[in-house]
Amino acid sequence: MAIDITTYDPKNLHLPEFDILHSGHLACPGCGAALGMRLALKALGPKTMVVIPACCWAVINGPYPYEALGVPVLQVAFETAAISASGIRAALDAQGKEGITVLAWAGDGGTFDIGFQSLSGAAERNDDIIYVCYDNEAYMNTGIQRSSATPYGAWTTTTPVESPKPEPKKNMVEIMAEHRVPYTATASLAFPEDFVRKLQKAQSIRGAKFIHLWSSCPPGHKSEERYSIRIARLAVETGVFPLYEVDYGTKYTINHEPAFTDINEYLKLQGRFRHLKPYHVENMRRNIEWEWKRLRAKVEMGEKLPLPPAPVHAPVDEGEHTPPAK
Amino acid sequence: MRMVIKGNGAVAHAVRLARPQVISAYPITPQTSIIEGIASMVAEGKIDARFIKVESEHSALAGCIAAESAGARTFTATSAQGLALMHEVIHWAAGARLPIVLANVNRAMAPGWSIWTDQTDSLSQRDTGWMQVYCQSAQEVVDSVIQAYKVSERVLLPTMVILDAFFLSHTYEDVEVPEPGLVDGFLPPLDLPQKMDLEHPAALGNLVFPDRYMEFRRKMDLAHQVALGVWDEVGREWGELTGRPYGLVEQYRMDDAELVLVTAATTASTARVVIDALRDEGVAAGLLRLRVFRPFPADLIRTILADRKKVVILDRNCSFGHHGIFHQEIKSALYELPAGQQPEMHGVIAGLGGRDVTVEDLRGMLMGVWEGRITKPVTWWNVLEAKGAETGAVAMG
Ligand SMILES: Cc1ncc(C[n+]2csc(CCOP(=O)(O)OP(=O)(O)O)c2C)c(N)n1
Ligand SMILES: [Mg+2]
Repeated sequence: MAIDITTYDPKNLHLPEFDILHSGHLACPGCGAALGMRLALKALGPKTMVVIPACCWAVINGPYPYEALGVPVLQVAFETAAISASGIRAALDAQGKEGITVLAWAGDGGTFDIGFQSLSGAAERNDDIIYVCYDNEAYMNTGIQRSSATPYGAWTTTTPVESPKPEPKKNMVEIMAEHRVPYTATASLAFPEDFVRKLQKAQSIRGAKFIHLWSSCPPGHKSEERYSIRIARLAVETGVFPLYEVDYGTKYTINHEPAFTDINEYLKLQGRFRHLKPYHVENMRRNIEWEWKRLRAKVEMGEKLPLPPAPVHAPVDEGEHTPPAK
Repeated sequence: MRMVIKGNGAVAHAVRLARPQVISAYPITPQTSIIEGIASMVAEGKIDARFIKVESEHSALAGCIAAESAGARTFTATSAQGLALMHEVIHWAAGARLPIVLANVNRAMAPGWSIWTDQTDSLSQRDTGWMQVYCQSAQEVVDSVIQAYKVSERVLLPTMVILDAFFLSHTYEDVEVPEPGLVDGFLPPLDLPQKMDLEHPAALGNLVFPDRYMEFRRKMDLAHQVALGVWDEVGREWGELTGRPYGLVEQYRMDDAELVLVTAATTASTARVVIDALRDEGVAAGLLRLRVFRPFPADLIRTILADRKKVVILDRNCSFGHHGIFHQEIKSALYELPAGQQPEMHGVIAGLGGRDVTVEDLRGMLMGVWEGRITKPVTWWNVLEAKGAETGAVAMG
């Protein structure tokens, strides 16, 4: 049962007090990815191993011989976050090391695009990992190029204002849910208790878990640092980024019913949308409406569907194996 | 225990004996039967390992990299397109100083599709920091895989154990497969000096600024230099245990040889037949077989080839726009010899895409050079020249 996150007091958050992310990291002011990691490690605790592919976080953690995280970190090639987490899990299992959480922490480019294949592989194998995609909606580390997570209409250096991104954002959560992994969820920096709960729920489940964290990025979104949380909140309240979770690709739960605030409130705080014409905004509105219809239909469908059947286990004495057909 | 097994089976048995803890692999002809064999052994409990059945070779090696970083001994195998797909993480494994062992079945690169042997796939990975061992028999495959773990874990560098497609991967041979106890005594469990560890949290692979990067790479190069001695020592130690010693190279009838064939892998077996025949005919021929190619035993090769009359270097590969790769390497190793000690050197590119290199071919090359009929520095052996090819604009036919 989800806690009520609509009424909590942001000045009095119920979050673990300790911090595993130390000061001295190299994130820009107002970086959502840094705050996201801080919350994630508060939620998961010190018995966590973190995989970081190429992305801003490959820099944020600090240069050799320093590191900002108080847990073991493995930096890996751009497209290998998921398989690297799987590899660590296999190594821990092989050595009989239990009770360790393996967290893959990747950007949207490393998740939606170049790392998609390895992520799909890990999900299909249902490897026991938590994969968090902090989504700042572009390749920020290389200087703001579009990814398949970049929203419709947004400016990036490869979708200039004369020709802003024509396609809507790829829906990664639904794609991951369709792998029938035990748990997928979206999360927001503006709803930290919800994010922490989701991480802890993921930690309690064996198998592949995927969390999609919408993440502010002042340099990339051309926004003011002080508005990082406000923008994250507006992404949710305008309906642009619904907060929901999916169990076994089946049971969809909406965690927060948005106010459906005028989308202009969200757009006007971000320079990456400044060039938009009214028809762009209208297209966005229509897309939000359509996406919410889909989402609510999935919630309804999930209510009618059972969770996956409990597995039947092999009898103690299995007898002879039948050789495969020739 | 004596077994009649293929080269690929030899890899699987050696891997079983090396007790890897994580295997991460993906199928490709003609490597596939290695991982099928290993999959069965894992399923039957003969190997106590996790086998990650990944979705690509890129992930196969990336999985090994992560597992090894977390302290597990790992193994993977691939060939040609798969090895090329791994390229980014091939660099990564060496740069991270992880003693991963990979079996590569030498196969020609596409296009056109070819599943047959040639060395371009592995030699394209020459400069990645991996050690490379070229094998000539299934017995050597078993022995080299086990030695590779020992050497790799001593110097913290990964090793590619390389076998020819079909000629070795799919040919049955009589092989002595050592007992587990013998290998356990030879190869202690993995104990990495640095790994992911909750007690000592550290970041592996972080950003390195220019003031530190070169020091990492310098240590890698030093490790290669040290590894030359370690391969020698480990090859000797293996010999004491099994009666099958190994060196960095193998010399056959080289004592007074004036005409030397340099080659690697299974062609060496064919070559021995030719060398014997030439000796019977009164030609002082000998064979130098390259085994450990990285680190490159340049000093040893220079000493061996000094004062020989003529050297024929057979490459089952080509660095387009230059020579065959073994040819280049041997030439550069011999550059330091004084002019009077330099042999005449001829490169022959042959057997690409699995074309047979027969006894007649080898005799033709050797006698062509010996009798002065082959004078060019590089000869493409036995190729049909297409009409108009000299314009550079004809690609097929
Ligand atoms: C194979 C490969 N291609 C390209 C790059 C260059 N590169 C590094 S980070 C990055 C963008 C990362 O974007 P994202 O995953 O969204 O993370 P962010 O930087 O936004 O945090 C790119 C393109 C790389 N490191 N490796
Ligand atoms: Mg990004």
